[in-house]
Amino acid sequence: MTTFATRRTFALAALAAAATLTACSKKEEAPAAAPAASAAAAKPEPLKIAFAYVGPVGDGGWTFAHDNARKALEKEFGDKIVTSFVEKVPEAADAERVFNDMVGQGNKLIFGTTFGYMEPMLKVAAEHKDIKFEHATGYKTADNLRTYDSRTYEGAYLAGVIAGAMTKTNTIGVVGSIPIPEVIRNINSFTLGAQSVNPKIKTKVVWVNEWFDPPKETEAAVALINGGADVLMQNTDSAAVLKTAEEKGKRAFGWDSDMQAYGPKAHLGSAVINWAPYYIKATRDALDGKWATGKSWWGVKEGAIDLVSVADDVPAEIKAKVDQIKAGLKDGSFSIWKGPLVDNTGKEVLAKDTVADDAFLGGIKFFVKGVEGKVPGSK
Amino acid sequence: MPGERLADPSARQGRRPKGASMNEIALLIAATLSAGTVLAIAGLGLLINERAGIVNLGAEGMMLVAAIAGYATAVHSGSDVLGFVAGMAAGVVLALFFGLLVIWLNTNQYATGLALSLFGAGFSAFVGISYTQQRLSEREHWAIPGLADLPVLGKALFEHHAMVYLAMALAVALHFLLYRTRAGLVLRAVGESPDSAHALGYPVRRIRLAAVAAGGALCGLAGAYLSIIYTPLWVEGMVAGKGWIALALTTFATWRPARILLGAYLFGGVTMLQFHLQSEGIDISSHWLSMLPYLSTIAVLVLISRNPAWIKANMPASLGKPFKPGH
Repeated sequence: MTTFATRRTFALAALAAAATLTACSKKEEAPAAAPAASAAAAKPEPLKIAFAYVGPVGDGGWTFAHDNARKALEKEFGDKIVTSFVEKVPEAADAERVFNDMVGQGNKLIFGTTFGYMEPMLKVAAEHKDIKFEHATGYKTADNLRTYDSRTYEGAYLAGVIAGAMTKTNTIGVVGSIPIPEVIRNINSFTLGAQSVNPKIKTKVVWVNEWFDPPKETEAAVALINGGADVLMQNTDSAAVLKTAEEKGKRAFGWDSDMQAYGPKAHLGSAVINWAPYYIKATRDALDGKWATGKSWWGVKEGAIDLVSVADDVPAEIKAKVDQIKAGLKDGSFSIWKGPLVDNTGKEVLAKDTVADDAFLGGIKFFVKGVEGKVPGSK
Repeated sequence: MPGERLADPSARQGRRPKGASMNEIALLIAATLSAGTVLAIAGLGLLINERAGIVNLGAEGMMLVAAIAGYATAVHSGSDVLGFVAGMAAGVVLALFFGLLVIWLNTNQYATGLALSLFGAGFSAFVGISYTQQRLSEREHWAIPGLADLPVLGKALFEHHAMVYLAMALAVALHFLLYRTRAGLVLRAVGESPDSAHALGYPVRRIRLAAVAAGGALCGLAGAYLSIIYTPLWVEGMVAGKGWIALALTTFATWRPARILLGAYLFGGVTMLQFHLQSEGIDISSHWLSMLPYLSTIAVLVLISRNPAWIKANMPASLGKPFKPGH
């Protein structure tokens, strides 16, 4: 008996190791002009650019959006660059190995596209000062490591405006991934958007503690619907929540990528991220030798965030309001995070007429009034 | 600060009329049965394997390949039933391949199973690329006429997809097969002592292969149900560990069909309960709640292990051991 038990335990441990090693499948896309490469010796070497993705490119959401931008990059620069990517890189120590591999393969510009790569990237960047690193959604920088992010909360706010107008139960729900400031900010912004057209809004939140786990996302969405929410949003990476809303006759949004096709009846709009403008800028910086460390946070203004494919049954005045907010975000006349704002314990977090700065937005660890429950891990 | 939370107006709105909470319990039960079904079907399939002495760690891979095979078939044919059949067929093909390797060539069951799992994950992702944006035709609402109109119970028990009831029927049928029929006796004999079964003239290898194929069919059905009905969409890696949990369930259930069902619903129930508790805004960190299904599984396993005789009485004695006729 015991032999069996130990063997199976061993086998499972071996699997865990094997799975992490093989989970990162690698694909490389060389430019079409490969045979002519030797003849073109006079031309400068193409810049090698690598991307590390947290999910599969087929997730239809977060990673899909990054990969679309990578393809746009290839289109923009042609044979001046060579891009490659590694998908499903876990947010763990293993990521460090992947980044070291990328350096070893001669990549000069490396993008890490999830928060969890922060420490591994810092470590690898410190060892390779000549390589430039770009880290999405992080907050630590180095001389050769800069951060970039998109103001996803602007998309969440725009979605909220529609949700507030479309809910019949005045209860909206969010499937949360991991309780970090970015996600909490999105939940809050979604709620603020909804409250801007419907002050009675309550937001229910269910955390799945994963970025990508379609069955769990489905189960969380079912729980929200059972709890009375009739418009759902998610900060996870797949279309499972939208799909569940479609099944249950409720409404929902696409997130990161346009997800209309997954649930045409349920779909109210997709809050999308377009990473291409930033990737093109970063590549140009590197090609021109103008790359310098820093922090970029792009939103509607820079064309990085948008709400697309808004459903036909959304009232015209709400659509107009969405357009108005977009215009306001573009010219800077409108701010989502403007006082007076209180959290859901009644404490004032932003005084009257104060506009939140990026440092404030980057450290949000509370729920605004109207969101039920507590932020996990908060006091 | 705890004092502040009392001032939270939303915390006081928790009290609702009794009818509403009964309704929520009904919805929770419904969600539990639905969430447990995938695990139950896959677990029962693996139980057949293990009763015949074969451990197939490839469950996760078989479920993934079946999920995409079923989904693709359902997309093209517009028929869920054809999708299930395709999923089962995919499961059987992989299981037969696994069976030939471990039963005839006597490769290590654990290593071969792991390889199958990894292969399935990669292969399904590869063939599934073009299906991530595809969608299935309209789903209809399932309900048992008459019974579904019952208050509370109707919503909880009688508005499910046929597969939910099939999983229950399967557990009963399997129990009957294993303990009340000659075929079941032979199957168990092959798992307990293949040498004795061989000496009595039973074709041990072929019986084991049939058991492996049956296990593959059920894992395939579970995978297809997951992608066609439960989620319902295809994304790579969507089985997300359910195959491994189903494997653990067989030990959890001490190789008894009814307990597989119980374990599957317990796991599904605790998973759904924690999401519902969260949606009610309960004051427990979601990290702790996420651990609940696993903690409860471990707790039950510990309880079971306290009684070694219990495991001994039920565990197939030759589980995981290769059989070579004539040795």
